[in-house]
Amino acid sequence: MAENKSAAVNINQNAGGEFERTPVPNSKLKGWKSFLGMYAGEHAAGTEFMIGPLFLAAGASLKDLTFGLLIGNILAILTWRYLVAPIAVSSKLTLYYQLEKIAGKYLVKVYNVVNGLLFCFLAGAMITVSASAVGIPFDISFSVPENILGLSSPAFSLIVIIVGVVMTIVAAAGYNTVSKFANIAAPWMIVVFAACGLSALSQMEVDSLDSLLIEWDKGVSVVQSINGKVDFGFWKIVIFSWLCNAAMHFGMADLSIMRFAKDSRAGWGPSIGMFLGHYMAWICASFMLAAQIKLTGDISANPGALAWSAVGWTGIICVIVAGWTTANPTIYRAGLAFQSLFPSNAKSYSGVILAGLVATAAGIFPALSAKLLDFVGLYGTILGPMGGVIFVNHYLAKKMNFTQDYADKKESGFNLAVLLAWVLPVALGLYFIFGDQKLFAAYAVIPCWIASSLLYVIIMKLQKS
Amino acid sequence: MKILKLISAVSIGVLILLVSILLFLGSLEASIMKVLMLIGTILWFVVTPLWMKEE
Repeated sequence: MAENKSAAVNINQNAGGEFERTPVPNSKLKGWKSFLGMYAGEHAAGTEFMIGPLFLAAGASLKDLTFGLLIGNILAILTWRYLVAPIAVSSKLTLYYQLEKIAGKYLVKVYNVVNGLLFCFLAGAMITVSASAVGIPFDISFSVPENILGLSSPAFSLIVIIVGVVMTIVAAAGYNTVSKFANIAAPWMIVVFAACGLSALSQMEVDSLDSLLIEWDKGVSVVQSINGKVDFGFWKIVIFSWLCNAAMHFGMADLSIMRFAKDSRAGWGPSIGMFLGHYMAWICASFMLAAQIKLTGDISANPGALAWSAVGWTGIICVIVAGWTTANPTIYRAGLAFQSLFPSNAKSYSGVILAGLVATAAGIFPALSAKLLDFVGLYGTILGPMGGVIFVNHYLAKKMNFTQDYADKKESGFNLAVLLAWVLPVALGLYFIFGDQKLFAAYAVIPCWIASSLLYVIIMKLQKS
Repeated sequence: MKILKLISAVSIGVLILLVSILLFLGSLEASIMKVLMLIGTILWFVVTPLWMKEE
């Protein structure tokens, strides 16, 4: 799921700093191929080690997984290309400044804090992933308690705290160093993912597609004999893989990156990264769990143990590096969001320290990382609808005769129409996700996005702005 | 610079990817593969920063 790479590293560095409140000048624009390189590293992250095995653990068939991920990833790429890129190229503004012009600076602060909190939980899952690998040499593995707030062993919790504190200090002190290290590690990580998959196939003694399907189905049977029958079918996989990055495309977070594009072809940028990270890496990671089930009967998706079994020390290093290089910028970004909570004379790293503490606290509860499939859907459901407001503001405001960039034009710090258009559909979505219906979180993303868009149009028309 | 890039390419292309393919084909022992992969990993992280930094 998340961070950066090579030739376009400048884009990422600038995305948070330069031209924050002005359109990107023509001299700084990049060709669409720069975006291919950047996204290639972004989607091969620590969480891939966690998400891949969860498909098998959730009972998905290999056929559904292979074709479902293919369709879902294509839909995600098309969303970037035809939803995000045209607006980014036209306005050339960051998501935050664009939102500030529509929603007002105080509402953007609320959005930032919510965004920061969700980032912390994502970083927490990455800390758990890294800790799972750190524990292997010390023979400390983790169990996932039934209770969402249940703890694993004291030794594993201690490793999570140590890993979390180290990551927080590094994020507060040396973001750029880790960012450069992430660029160096990205190609190596992608190759190690592929090697893990090949090694897992060898462990399963697979020599044909038929034998692979048999081993996979055996794995699913073992999981279901322990966890009970669950359904993770074709369309669920399509929707999940399409919308696991919904905050970035439907939610328009990637406006901040694609504003550096010369033209809308930059929207094809995520295509290589998606198929490396959210296709090849997920499938390879799921093979590792299938191999573990065949070899030991153990159905726990422990990334460190899986990688250790597949490729030894290289796997351990890969899990730690993948978790670290993605948790670090995530904590940093969450910290920037939290910084607005501190007085202006507070130390510049206060927000990062707070974000690191929250992420570490989240990482102590392994059940949270085991719920990653649900969490990324929740992430898109909560943040995605703001993209609907931006879409309406960009395409429909003038045509439907209401004020474009309302807060900016009216000098308002808080646009109530945006708050209502955001909160009401999200509240309803959360009710269905956490209520008796137990809706799969990713299913709520698009209905919430459409509802927010319509609601914003209706409220703006009603208040005759 | 070209030699450094070549070493990087060999470290992940041969010592990681190719050896895992050989393992899959049954031409290599898992224990040997793991050692070669670790060597490839060390080589990558020692050599790659030298040329990537310049670029």
